[in-house]
Amino acid sequence: MIAAHLPILQVIIPLIVAPIALIMRDSRTVWVLTLSVTWVTFSISLTLLIEVLDSGNIIYRIGGWAAPWGIEYVLDKVGAFVLVIVSAIGSIVMTYARQSVEAEIPDDRIYLFYTMFLLCLTGLLGIVITGDVFNLFVFLEISSLSSYVMISLGRDRRALTAAYRYLIMGTIGATFYIIGVGLIYMMTGTLNIADLTVLIPSVSDSRTIHTAMAFLTVGVCLKLALFPLHLWLPNAYTYAPSVVTAFLAATATKVSVYILIRIVFTLFGDVNILEASGLQNILMTLAIIALFTASTIAIFQNNMKRLFAYSSVAQIGYIILGLSFASQIGIAAGIIHLFNHSIIKCTIFMGLGCITLRVGGVSVKDMCGLGYRMPWTMAAIVIGGLGLIGIPMTVGFVSKWYLVRAAFEQGMWPIAALIITSSLLTIVYVWRIVETAYLKPAPKNAPNIKEAPLSMLLSSWVLALASIYFGVNATTTLNIALEAADSLLNGGLK
Amino acid sequence: MSPETTIQAALVIPLVGAVLIAFSGHWPNLRETITMITAGTLFALVASLYPLVMNGGRPSVVIGEMLPGLSIAFSVEPLGLLFAMIASFLWIINSLYSIGYMRENKEKNQTRFYVCFAIALASSIAIAFAANLLTLFAFYEALTLCTYPLVTHSGTDKAKKGGRVYLGILLFTSIGFLLTAIVWTWLIAGDLNFTSGGILEGKASDLVIGTLFALYIFGIGKAALMPVHRWLPAAMVAPTPVSALLHAVAVVKAGVFTVIKIVIYIFGYDFLSSIGTTNWLLYLSGFTILTASILAIRQDNLKRRLAYSTISQLSYVIMATAILAPLSIVGAGLHIAVHAFGKITLFFAAGSIYTAAHKTEVSQLDGIGRRMPWTMTAFTIGALSMIGVPPTAGFISKWYILHGAFDSGHMLAIVVIVISTLLNAGYFLPIIYAAFFKEEEKDNDNGNFGEASVAIVVALSITAAATVLLFFFPGLFIELAQKLI
Repeated sequence: MIAAHLPILQVIIPLIVAPIALIMRDSRTVWVLTLSVTWVTFSISLTLLIEVLDSGNIIYRIGGWAAPWGIEYVLDKVGAFVLVIVSAIGSIVMTYARQSVEAEIPDDRIYLFYTMFLLCLTGLLGIVITGDVFNLFVFLEISSLSSYVMISLGRDRRALTAAYRYLIMGTIGATFYIIGVGLIYMMTGTLNIADLTVLIPSVSDSRTIHTAMAFLTVGVCLKLALFPLHLWLPNAYTYAPSVVTAFLAATATKVSVYILIRIVFTLFGDVNILEASGLQNILMTLAIIALFTASTIAIFQNNMKRLFAYSSVAQIGYIILGLSFASQIGIAAGIIHLFNHSIIKCTIFMGLGCITLRVGGVSVKDMCGLGYRMPWTMAAIVIGGLGLIGIPMTVGFVSKWYLVRAAFEQGMWPIAALIITSSLLTIVYVWRIVETAYLKPAPKNAPNIKEAPLSMLLSSWVLALASIYFGVNATTTLNIALEAADSLLNGGLK
Repeated sequence: MSPETTIQAALVIPLVGAVLIAFSGHWPNLRETITMITAGTLFALVASLYPLVMNGGRPSVVIGEMLPGLSIAFSVEPLGLLFAMIASFLWIINSLYSIGYMRENKEKNQTRFYVCFAIALASSIAIAFAANLLTLFAFYEALTLCTYPLVTHSGTDKAKKGGRVYLGILLFTSIGFLLTAIVWTWLIAGDLNFTSGGILEGKASDLVIGTLFALYIFGIGKAALMPVHRWLPAAMVAPTPVSALLHAVAVVKAGVFTVIKIVIYIFGYDFLSSIGTTNWLLYLSGFTILTASILAIRQDNLKRRLAYSTISQLSYVIMATAILAPLSIVGAGLHIAVHAFGKITLFFAAGSIYTAAHKTEVSQLDGIGRRMPWTMTAFTIGALSMIGVPPTAGFISKWYILHGAFDSGHMLAIVVIVISTLLNAGYFLPIIYAAFFKEEEKDNDNGNFGEASVAIVVALSITAAATVLLFFFPGLFIELAQKLI
């Protein structure tokens, strides 16, 4: 009985608990509440993934209303996989969150943070599970608005301008998206994704649909921070509270990538939009520019959070590059990197959160000698860094292997060479951190600091070990990604 | 114990050792005992595979599937066993030496040193036993990373710079070229397993094979072929035991080992000699042999001189492989073993001089042979082996390489070997002469130093003795190397 309603419970539980959290107010209680919600959603999403893998797509009609009238929740392999990523990161970040939040957010606002976190989680999960383009917009706004608030909770006053900037850019993105949806609705009369997949090919030659396509992709690319639409991201990640950065870096942009996947391969899947509209070349070019530009900028950053924010922009480039190959291996590479990068970046930002808690900042000079002062935290960050470089036996290697393979497969030698060259830039900025932490002595007057609290350390290490585990034994995740890519190319939601 | 279990144990034991060493950091004697026991056990395990492999057994283990269709798998074949036996045997001696060296020089962070050492050995064994290119690549990178803390051990600016060059060149070449080559191979051949006779024959055009071959050769930076050799002199900032075991044996031998593996088991040497697009390697390795020797003459720093000598000697192995004659490939395998014993002796001696006399430059060594007779005798034996003078082991491998070159009519290789022998003599004999026959400078305050501590002297005597013994009893390694062809 309950099992049949899991798709809606996934979204509704955090949504209902959010106002409850608002009423409870006591920060400790609210944390426990949020923590249990995140773990419940994680277990639900795992159950759903297993179900999808075993017995195919899940379709859930809200209130029992059939599709064009009611809203459908549809879960295929891609969706189920992304759902697991988001909820897993959510639960681990929440396990980690308590001390970090208490240190970085004023006491009287902590309950607000948890409320916003729950709303954001609702939005992100909703985007992934819904089968309706307008409903998707609603969830997109829920997640975006709550993330603006979360970012603005940062201690530094610059968090406010960062959040404001993100608000402007994010709103433009969302508006573009809804304009695109409106145009599509005009031509087809439906908002249901499965119906749109069938109806769009018959009208795809019209200028309206082309315009819709343009609005949709630009809007979503703003949200996923594809170069050069990434300008909101570095400041937002830098000045947000550590927990928020860890959560958003691993989920928000990834879910936006998921929207792009849906638009390109599901909505417009039958008309092969990537080649027909020249979008393939645009995405590929921008992705490659992102790899090089963002990685190069990252090398020169002195604030570690900003450094890794730029690194995120570069890594999003890898994901988009994989998708833009539009082959099974390429899309699988994109999807697997989405998963892998979530793990890596979350590990790193959690580690930086530990450092913020103990040292008070994450600039280069705060990092000096940290390899000895906070050995476990730094080790976790280094494991994450090795993953970014793509050292074998970390998840990053798996992504790189598939990306290079996809490029080779299509005979795009120069692109394979560019992928590899860009990963060399990663070595430079990761190694700069290693040198600072292990080979530069701590400043003379540095206070004695303890390792981070156990719960924070454990959470970071769970992900660090996951990045090794899924690097040594990538067969399971890769098979899911390969199957998901296959279903995207052949049939999608049908 | 079944051979499969033995392989697994050989891979795990050094890691277990590393963990135990990490936890026994507060009790140095216990820590060093654990290192010695681990090294001894490892060697016993590896050596116990010898009879089986000699009888044609190829025990293998699959650990797990890393990527769909690609496993982390291990399989013991003669060349791998040869490499593993040398590395694990010399680890025992080197641990003994390390104890003397690290304590006498009062080095900091000794626990980290021993931990990284054990991990480096685990990686080396994994490289030696790797059954496919993916496994080999994974541990090749692991070896680079776990030796980085050893190179930068002292933490000085110089060490940091050396570490940068070390890591930079090794990672850039391996990710830039080797990884590309491996992915490409996989697409062409659909297989990455090391297979007798190679996996690439008839799968691609000669041009592609030629390009791929070049990617492999330059991707394997650890083989220190010019122009990707600069990391090796840079790595000399490490404490001497690291230079001795890792940068004369484990790391560099992993490089040339990989080259041989790829030539024999990925391309197949019959196939390579039939397409003839690989002659450049002969010239390049010949060039490296001569240039590195000339550079060695110009180094005053003893360890740097030894490093350039290593670069030159590694290219012997590459050149012997590139001749693509059966006998010279046996010579290549043998030279891995022979050079290991000779070069580790030389480094041990250099470290011994540094420990006892705090001298690092060749020009300071006048008359030191009388104060440190054991050390300098060992040094002489090592140097003679480098030159290839009987009765030292260096003669044997050189003989095989020359024999192979004669058989296949590679006059150029012969000329290179002859000239480089002269050059080797040119940069080693003056040191020996100065040490034994020149008068010590009177005016500087040398203090009253004698031999270094017992552990150091015993260690370098053992490897020196082994270098001579290998000349008289080379059967063990020759038989193993002959299984290659």
